Amino acid sequence: MASQHGAQPVFNNKVIAWIDHRLPIFSYIEKEYHTFPTPRNFNYFWNFGAIATVMLLLMIATGVVLAMNYQPNSELAFASVERIMRDVPSGWLLRYMHMTGASFFFAAVYVHIFRGLYYGSYKAPRELLWILGVVILLLMMATAFLGYVLPWGQMSFWGATVITNLFSAIPVVGDSIVTWLWGGFAVDNPTLNRFFALHYLLPFIIVGVVALHVVALHVHGSNNPLGIDPKGPQDTVPFHPYYTMKDGFGVVCFLIVYAIFVFFLPNALGEPVNYVPANPMVTPNEIVPEWYLLPFYAILRAVPDKLGGVICMFGAIAVLFVLPWLDTSRVRSCTFRPVYKWFVFLLVADVLILGVCGAHPPEGWYVPISRICAIYYFFHFLVLLPILGKIERPLPLPPSIADAVLSKKA
Amino acid sequence: MRKLIVAGALLASAFALGGPAAAQDEPPLMTRDWGFLGPFGTYDRAAAQRGFQVYKEVCSACHSMNMMAYRNLEELGLTENQVKGIAAEVQIPDISDDGSPIDRPGRPSDHFKKPFPNELAAAAANGGKAPPDLSVIVKARPGGANYVYSLLQGYVPFDKLTPEEIKTAMVTKDDNYNKYFPGHRIAMPPPLTDGKVQFIGDAKNDLQSQVSDVVEFLAWASEPHLEARNRTGIRVVLFLLVFAGFMYALKRAVWADKH
Repeated sequence: MASQHGAQPVFNNKVIAWIDHRLPIFSYIEKEYHTFPTPRNFNYFWNFGAIATVMLLLMIATGVVLAMNYQPNSELAFASVERIMRDVPSGWLLRYMHMTGASFFFAAVYVHIFRGLYYGSYKAPRELLWILGVVILLLMMATAFLGYVLPWGQMSFWGATVITNLFSAIPVVGDSIVTWLWGGFAVDNPTLNRFFALHYLLPFIIVGVVALHVVALHVHGSNNPLGIDPKGPQDTVPFHPYYTMKDGFGVVCFLIVYAIFVFFLPNALGEPVNYVPANPMVTPNEIVPEWYLLPFYAILRAVPDKLGGVICMFGAIAVLFVLPWLDTSRVRSCTFRPVYKWFVFLLVADVLILGVCGAHPPEGWYVPISRICAIYYFFHFLVLLPILGKIERPLPLPPSIADAVLSKKA
Repeated sequence: MRKLIVAGALLASAFALGGPAAAQDEPPLMTRDWGFLGPFGTYDRAAAQRGFQVYKEVCSACHSMNMMAYRNLEELGLTENQVKGIAAEVQIPDISDDGSPIDRPGRPSDHFKKPFPNELAAAAANGGKAPPDLSVIVKARPGGANYVYSLLQGYVPFDKLTPEEIKTAMVTKDDNYNKYFPGHRIAMPPPLTDGKVQFIGDAKNDLQSQVSDVVEFLAWASEPHLEARNRTGIRVVLFLLVFAGFMYALKRAVWADKH
């Protein structure tokens, strides 16, 4: 890594030089975040990695302080969240930042994933980078689910009941696994205790996987909207100040939308019924997860068989792990894939429709629609992607990034 | 950039369509131009104080507000002495210095006195189901303030019901029918009527005025920091807009030699 990006940096400050000689953190920052050669043609979709990182740090910062004031006890949890909202100084701000932050973290990550899909960022040599990203998505889903249980409202309780019950679909050992997850024979205080412990643990594991994600990214550098490799210095710019400033602008724009929700619409993305304390005797009319899990929830319910539904739901994520090998096209960017491009948009529409189906009870038209969309989701990855790569005729690729950029300007 | 807009539009439409299904046969909620809606919203303190009086004289016979303390009433504009007086009107169960259970006059730091000693007692006295706590009721119901506002005015006497309404809601003359309650058959009898609560001064006390006042109070109780939230929010968004402008200028300046 060191030799690849030029000579060893020299530090004038003696203390920094002394430390760096023994622990080269300053050289690392210099190489990976300053001189790091980055394709010069990023569009604003490339901001969402930085945005997701900011959201992750924001979630951890607010979460640590919330944990200082929260009681993971089924008798106290609901009231302790309300106490945070009412009596802890700026507690309402911390809690709404954290609650809304989960939605915005997912929104940023979903755009980031779309970017990867559209511009083929998962293709060689970035397969492991992509796979680490899917691991992060899975960890985020687990963390968000665990966190949603903590306020111990009606949807917390019943969401936990439904999701943990999915494991009972596993033949033979299913029921034992569910009892083991619950720490008893129902969702109760032991469940809340362990969910809190895990909700505090997983974000730090996410940070670890994000670090690996970044290390993997910096081996071959970022993909770019053209999907062709930089061929020399004329195709790249140093990461700082060019992309630190562009990312900075993107992050602030994203934070504006986030702030509007935190301050003016804090409960718009949540379910009102979660302000009703958990009651094991009363089932809510509808049990729905937060919006960012709805497409997967729709796939779960689209399958008439419980075990089949669970397999398809997890399969919807699992298929992403093998995506780099399902796509047979050698062209990365959809800019040069005139046919596949439209199928990516169709996939996005498909996932959004699944999300709508997930928000509604599985009756009437929602049943056939969610089944068609669930089938199409897998059809896209398992059939369309391998075949289309063979038969599609991509547009001619530009000779270099600089050529493409400068000819567009002229 | 165009793609970003397309993606944003798709995302926005998903949010718009993604909400849970609306109730089936309840009429659309009655609405009111609440002062606390929107980014500049504030509470009408006089109305909320009257609303507290409605809660104290009517609702609190059955409904607890466990998250509220008497001291919170100072935020509604009551003086410290008024709050002390209100708190002292109730007897709060406690334990004396020698360990024996006693009842003592309430203090501002006490939470609102519960109408029933526990949930089982509340359920037993109310036909098997405890009346819901009202601390966050406005946030806990789809439709929020408008739902509570409609519900409290949505009762229809049995003799005014059509045979079809009686059949679908399965009500008898001993039940209560409410237009806005999901399923229409509601355990709570009509709590408020014209002139039920006497306000000091010349505030109107017809049914609609009493309901408006108590909903203002309940909305405040659900979200007591709304005004601070709005104030902070406007500052934060303005700051971020200016910051974004600077960042954009900086980004343009940095990239000038590459364009």
